[in-house]
Order: sequence, then C-alpha cells, then structure tokens
Amino acid sequence: MTRSREWLHAWLLLLPACVLLVLFTHFPAVANLWHSFYSTPKGARPARFIGLDNYRALVDDPIFWQALQNNALYALGTIPLSIALALLMAVWVNGRIRGKGFLRLAFFTPTVLPMIAVANIWLFFYTPEYGLIEQVTKGLGFASHNWLGSKSTALACLMVVAVWKEAGFFMIFYVAALQAMSPQLAEAAAIEGASRWYFFRRVTFPLLMPTTLFVLVNAIINAFRLVDHVVVMTRGGPDNATSLLLYYIYEIGFRFWDPAYAAALTMVLLVVLGAVAIAQFVFLERRTHYQ
Amino acid sequence: MNAATLARTRGSLVGRPRGAGHVLETLAAWALALLWLLPLVYAFWTAFHPTEYSTHFSLSAPWTFDNIVHAWHAAPFARYFVNTVILVTMVLAAQLVLVTLAAYAFARYTFPGRDVAFALVLVQLMIMPDVLIVENYRTISALGLKDTILAIGLPYMASAFGIFLLRQTFKTVPRELDEAARVEGCTPLQTLWKVYVPLARPTYLAYALVSVSYHWNNFLWPLIVTNSVETRPVTVGLQVFSATDQGIDWAIITAATLLSVAPLLLAFLLFQRQFVQSFMRAGIR
Repeated sequence: MTRSREWLHAWLLLLPACVLLVLFTHFPAVANLWHSFYSTPKGARPARFIGLDNYRALVDDPIFWQALQNNALYALGTIPLSIALALLMAVWVNGRIRGKGFLRLAFFTPTVLPMIAVANIWLFFYTPEYGLIEQVTKGLGFASHNWLGSKSTALACLMVVAVWKEAGFFMIFYVAALQAMSPQLAEAAAIEGASRWYFFRRVTFPLLMPTTLFVLVNAIINAFRLVDHVVVMTRGGPDNATSLLLYYIYEIGFRFWDPAYAAALTMVLLVVLGAVAIAQFVFLERRTHYQ
Repeated sequence: MNAATLARTRGSLVGRPRGAGHVLETLAAWALALLWLLPLVYAFWTAFHPTEYSTHFSLSAPWTFDNIVHAWHAAPFARYFVNTVILVTMVLAAQLVLVTLAAYAFARYTFPGRDVAFALVLVQLMIMPDVLIVENYRTISALGLKDTILAIGLPYMASAFGIFLLRQTFKTVPRELDEAARVEGCTPLQTLWKVYVPLARPTYLAYALVSVSYHWNNFLWPLIVTNSVETRPVTVGLQVFSATDQGIDWAIITAATLLSVAPLLLAFLLFQRQFVQSFMRAGIR
C-alpha cells in the first residue's frame, strides 16, 4: 500500500466518528463562546453583539455565585468522603471477611441504578412527618425537621445521596488495583513485623495513588456533570440553596429561555472542566516519569 | 500447593486481621452494607404493601401487587420502555461501528495529524455532551430533530471513551496476525473484521454494558430534547409521572420507580460478575 493510500484509508475510517465528535463537542464548545458575546433574541429583535455584557451580568448575579459556591461545597463534601469510603469498601471486599460477595453486591448496586430513580426513593426518606428519617428522629425524641425544605440541610441531603451512589462505583477500581498488587510486598512486610495500618499507610496507599488520581478526576467531573437529583429532589431550592452550576444553566437556558446568558454560564463550567483536564495532564506526566 | 494458592497464602500474612479486631471489622462491614441496601429494601417494602403500611412496619402487613399494577396503568410505561430500548440499542449499535473504525485507524495507521486528532478525541472525555446542553439543543433544532429518539442518542454516538478503550485493546493484537491476514489477501476492513474484532470481544462486552447502563439511566439531556410520550425514555417518563400529580401517594411512586429500574436491576443481579468486571475493565487504562 502506498503511503498516500494509507493516509486516505485512515482518514476514511476516522471520518464518521470525527463528524459527530466535531458536531456535538468541538463545534458547540466554540459556538458557545461565540454566542456568549451576543444577546438573546426577543420577539422581532434579533440577537446582537453585546461584547462582555453577559459576563458583566454574571459577575453581578448573586444566584450564579451561590450556585458556584454550592457546587464547590458539594464537590468538597462528596469527593473525599466517597473516595475514603470506596477505599474502605475495597479493602473489605478484597480481604478475608465473611460474605464478600454480598458486601460487593450491596456496595455496588446503587451504581447501576438511574440517579433519577434513587433520588425518588431518597425523596421519600427525607419527607417531613412520614419519611424514614423523620420517624427515626421522632422516635428518638427530636423535633420535626424539614430536611430538604430548609436552607441549612438541603445541600447536605443531596450530598448524602451522591456519596451513597458513587462510593461503590469507585470501590471497584480500588478492588482491581488491590488485586494487581504483588503478594511479595505483604510477605516482606510480615517478615519485618509491620502492623496492618503501617503496611496500608506506607505501602498500599502510595501504590494506589494512580487509581486515586483516576478516581479523583472522575469524581470531580461527576460533581459538575450530574444534577439529576437536583431536578427531582429540590429544583435548586429552597432559595437556591441547592442550585448547582449545571442545574442553573439548565434553568436559565430551558426554563427562562435565555440561551445567551446560559452560554456565558456554560463557559464557566467549561473553564472548570478544562482546569481539571490540565491538572490531570500535569499529574499524569509526572507519574510516567518515575515509572 | 500450586502457585495461586501459595500467592494467596502469602498475601494474607499481613492482610489478615486477628481476634476481636476481626469480629469488629466484620460487623462494621456488614453494618455499612446493610445501610447501603436500606434505601432499596425500604422501596421494596413500600411498593409491595398497601399504602397504610408505607411508613408503618409490621410483620403481619399483607403483600400486594396493587401498587405495581396501578403505576403501570397510571402512565404509559410500556411505551417509555419501548423508547428506552430503541434508544439504547440504536446508540450502542452506532457506537460499536464508529468506535471500531476510529480505534483501528488510531491503533494501526500512521498518518499526518494522528496525534492531534487523537488529542481532540480525548477532549470529549472531559467536556461531555452532558454539559453542552444549550448549544447541542440549538444544533438539534437546526437539524429538525427536536423530540425524536435519534436526537437523544446522536450526541453520544461518537464516544471518545469507546475509541480510547478499543484502541488500547487493538494495540495489543500481534502485528504478525495482521500481516498474515494481509498475505491471505484480506482488505483492511476484512482484517479488522476477522482478526481484530474477535480478539477484542471482552472489551466489546465491557463497553456495551457500560454504555447500556449509562444511556438507560441518562436523564437531563433526554428531558430537554423530548416532549411527548412517543419519544420519552423511561427516566423522563418516571419524572413526569411523579412530578405532575402531587396527589399520587408514595406507594405508587415507589412502585413506578422500582418498575422503571427493574430490567436493569434484574440484569445486574443475574450477571453481577460480568457487570463488575466490565466496569473495572472500562476503568483501567
């Protein structure tokens, strides 16, 4: 095969995937930037160039800052907790505990269910008066509390659901990594008389670092990408206490029909995800150096 | 003692907790597992008992299928299921074809612009169609595809994740096999079909399971682009059902929820090992 024929073949193989990728990933990302400099057409008035006005509105928009802050809190609250739980679950499932199959099933099941369905179930949990949590707290003699209806607890309620759903998913990556670890390490540590905790801290955990990085990146993306439970459980309320960035974009774009402002908001989300991508690239580079 | 058991015995030297600590740890693990299952067990309880027992536990509570039957007739769930099945099948079929072709090009061809093209593909791992809802809605409207099942699936059909995963697998295929097929007179596409695809079967299975569960569960984008019973997948159908009528009681909503996850949950319980291994395989790069 001549070289130019080979090039042609390669590009023909790539063509169908490239067309769709460009149409639904690269083009919209660029078009989004473009549209964020225009106004939303109203009635007979077409969209016109307004420069940075959408971004000025964004800086002055308290709900945007609230959503961003909520999202940061949500990420900080859910990610470390679900990773720690995932690691604990993996060590258990990989160890010598009775009923490992059952444990793995219990931890992993929330992962295969749709967020919208589990959100419905948890909604029932949190219901004032009737919900399971109310029944328990009432039984213990505490005052009634509207978990999803009050600003101080609503976001925490969503975070619990996210941790419950994600921990089991991250667990399996740790299980895979633990299974790939060399048994000689444990043998050497046993000869040295190392305690279990010491072995975990000094050997297991550092060796799991690549897995932790991988899980961390996925967790960050998910914290900014998945808002199904917000739609089902709180619709961003009460008083925007649970509005996450993507949910706010959805609200502006498809409930208030202001795509121009939604485009400016989307740019913020893209910058966040881009920063994660660059950080991951830098870290992965470093990792390959000492391998 | 064979090598595997030897390795396992060695591995347990440090990993093995002893005595009271072990008992405590087992209890903690089981407690966490039960806590993790609690929401589902509770949902089952509510769905299969009369409404008056929804929040009231009693061993003598009668079991009933009424809630499930009621939920099934209260909304066009049969149609929603058909829509979801069409969606999931269509997306997976398109993905398998597109991803196979692209992965083959990246794995076995040298051409100018390959590395740049691959980097551009990987962009989609970070910026998924899920977050570009505003612009993708504009594109779908311009294409005249609003409120169609095709519109739900189209943005996901060229999957960067699938291309990446399959490229890794194709790269492990020995070049000698490829060359032997060429000597036999196979065209590139025939080589792909007869050599690469059969060898990548476990990767295909893993990818298929991950893709099916992703699109069965996807919600926000279908919510945006669909607007009628004929196109709504079951996730959106469930949300429309439980959000519109506030008068419906929890037993019915929970029954509808379980109904909507039943096929996937059953498949998962039956093929648990394959599911877990597929998700694992898909996650290891």
